[in-house]
Amino acid sequence: MIAGAALGLLQVFVVAAGAPLLVGVLRTLKARLVGRRGPSPWQPYADLRKLLGKDAVVSETTSWIFRVTPYVLTASMLVTALVIPVLVTRPPLGFAGNIVLLMYLFLLGTFFLALAGLDAGSAFGGMGSSREVAVAALAEPTVILAVFALALRAGTINLGGVVERVEAEPWLAVNPAHLLAFAAFFIVMLAETGRLPVDNPATHLELTMIHEAMVLEYSGRYLALVEWAAAMKLFLFLTLLANLFFPWGVTHLAEPVPVALGLLALVGKLAVLTTLLALVETSVAKLRLFRVPELLAGSFALAILSVMAVFLLR
Amino acid sequence: MEAGATDVAAGAPGTVEARLPAWHLPTLADRLAGAGASCQFVAAADARATTGVFALTYVFAPPTLRPAAIVRVAVPGAEARIPSLATRSFAASRFEREIHDLFGLVPVGHPDLRRLALHQFWPAGYWPLRRDVAPRDDFADEGQPFPFRRVEGEGLFEITVGPVHAGIIEPGHFRFSVEGETIVNLETRLGFVHKGTEKLFETLPLERAPELAERVSGDTSAGHALALCQALEALAGCAVPSRAAWLRVVLLELERLYNHVADVGMIINDTGFAFGHAHCFRIREELLRLNERVSGHRLLRGAILPGGVAGPVERAGLPEVAAVVERLVAEFGEIAQLSLDNTTVLERLQGTGRLTLRTARELGVVGLVGRASGIDADARRDAPFAAYDALGVRAVVYDGGDVLARTLVRIDEAREAARLIRAVAGHLPDGPTRAPLPPFDAGAEGFGLVEAWRGPVWYWAVAEGATRLARVKVVDPSFRNWPALEYAVLKNIVPDFPLCNKSFNLSYAGNDL
Repeated sequence: MIAGAALGLLQVFVVAAGAPLLVGVLRTLKARLVGRRGPSPWQPYADLRKLLGKDAVVSETTSWIFRVTPYVLTASMLVTALVIPVLVTRPPLGFAGNIVLLMYLFLLGTFFLALAGLDAGSAFGGMGSSREVAVAALAEPTVILAVFALALRAGTINLGGVVERVEAEPWLAVNPAHLLAFAAFFIVMLAETGRLPVDNPATHLELTMIHEAMVLEYSGRYLALVEWAAAMKLFLFLTLLANLFFPWGVTHLAEPVPVALGLLALVGKLAVLTTLLALVETSVAKLRLFRVPELLAGSFALAILSVMAVFLLR
Repeated sequence: MEAGATDVAAGAPGTVEARLPAWHLPTLADRLAGAGASCQFVAAADARATTGVFALTYVFAPPTLRPAAIVRVAVPGAEARIPSLATRSFAASRFEREIHDLFGLVPVGHPDLRRLALHQFWPAGYWPLRRDVAPRDDFADEGQPFPFRRVEGEGLFEITVGPVHAGIIEPGHFRFSVEGETIVNLETRLGFVHKGTEKLFETLPLERAPELAERVSGDTSAGHALALCQALEALAGCAVPSRAAWLRVVLLELERLYNHVADVGMIINDTGFAFGHAHCFRIREELLRLNERVSGHRLLRGAILPGGVAGPVERAGLPEVAAVVERLVAEFGEIAQLSLDNTTVLERLQGTGRLTLRTARELGVVGLVGRASGIDADARRDAPFAAYDALGVRAVVYDGGDVLARTLVRIDEAREAARLIRAVAGHLPDGPTRAPLPPFDAGAEGFGLVEAWRGPVWYWAVAEGATRLARVKVVDPSFRNWPALEYAVLKNIVPDFPLCNKSFNLSYAGNDL
């Protein structure tokens, strides 16, 4: 019991503390890829510290939703860290850790953020919210379908169960259903976490933003929480990609050595995925907003194919 | 020229000058329109103290600016009314609104006399460019919203952007009416950085005038300085030594080069393609350092002076400069090609922000935006100044009118700039680099016209005494092109606006003066 709680805390700590580093490494990699030196990978920690030390300015026209949203975002990400297999296959809340819960935890944050974007009544927040909801509505089905393809094969919708099943039968990882689902999930990850080519996290152009437009009104500690939650979302999505599709290293033993090995394996897998993400983000331009549905439709088609492949190749 | 014109005389090459009673203006405008000449420039000067009139100068010309008819109109000070050409020429309508704001001259028959140059905070009846005006400081918000065009209907929303933006750019207010993400109307409101530049020319010691011109629009320092100097030289009858004229070409082309490279980088950046942006800005930085080596200033300030050029540029090793420029432009060409070969980048540029030739003509669009919409005009070729006559300039014209066309014009013009610098390096004449500027005759006036990187920059200067100026009128191409942006973005989506805006890259400071 105590070991379980300790493991849970460890998972949350890894996600919470590792997320800013992941974002920092991604930024540094992207800078290096275009020939710039870029900031240090530790920069996001300094940014968060700076923001946490500043007063928050809140518009008089906002309601409680605006103040609560940063906490909802952060909390939903921390709970997600307890649910999904980050280091071990059966985390403390793993019994509830199925795909449907995961979807709604992510959606909860999106939902509140979209409301908060509208709350201040500025034109940009509204634009960001309407775009975010449009993208989310197209992206969520793909997430569900892609993970269902894995679940069908594993015979369970519990994430830990999926991981254990793929670990037990490594050849699953190279089967077409698996690879198609990976591609679908990767594209949807780009959309859900506001990366290029769907959204440009580095832009200062208020009219082109999606995620950044919704959080434009936030400042100080609220902004720190929002940014931290966004970093955790990226970390969690990449972890899902890493552990659902390449589960090696994720242990079912709550003992120090396997868990440490699991952590090492996670770092390695995240490094590969982050590099892949940096390469993708450097080699494409942002899509015209009305082309985003086409990209997501493509990813949805991949997910459907993946589900069909499960039945056809049974 | 007819219709009551008096004192018709040939002016500078390709121009004819005449005096005309004000009420004949519309007739004349109609006749000249039939010959393809439209209003390109209108300026007023307050000469009531000496002759009792407001002296207006109109320039009618085709888009190539030659041949030009320079028409002088005297408006009695007590009358303070001019017949409006607004319904005949869009460009004239904007010049008239500016004159209405700054001089209190009423263009009779003008359909839209909302404020243009002055902010709403300026008190009514305060016309700052009248010479007898006393400075006032009773600026106050009269609490009235600016009367924007309203677009109403089901599902239509207004988005207000600026004047303070998320990025570090100049202030301007954009009022979008959108249907979902589609722009159905855009109105820009500028004038937030009106700082009395033209008024300052009247009191500033003459030797500091080039400094002020260089600061009208920081990215066009050489263009503005050159246009002012040409106006002063025309006014004083000063012949610039040929070595100075050739060196001026180098300075102007260096300015064109670094701005075009930076603009292409910014356009690519707005598509989210960081690679092209990072490398264009690296090349821009190298060009700025080259500027410093050539002229002693990264933005080429202080090199162009009345009568010639001064400073390090007199001794610049031009063959070496040309070699550096050629290397950088070759690199720039590669980066631009790499970026445009990326289909995701190309897809964002193609068909975005299309300004048709017809709209461009009707709005009297000038400069590189005009050339990207198929208007074949480049003052370096059509109304040559400095040493462009001897060098021969190939005007770069595309007819797409979209962001891609404006990008391609920049890329090709950068190559042409490198060619021109190489040509100057090979044929630079020997001799002095500066001639003394003779004292002015009171009442003498002169035009300076320069094709700077954005387009034609006009200066019109009137002398008051031997070394004093009574009036300097500045026209940056931004003033002419801002309204075109409102048409280029129609039916585009809101997230593509920054891309359209960047492809125009107009100056707020140069517009607001």
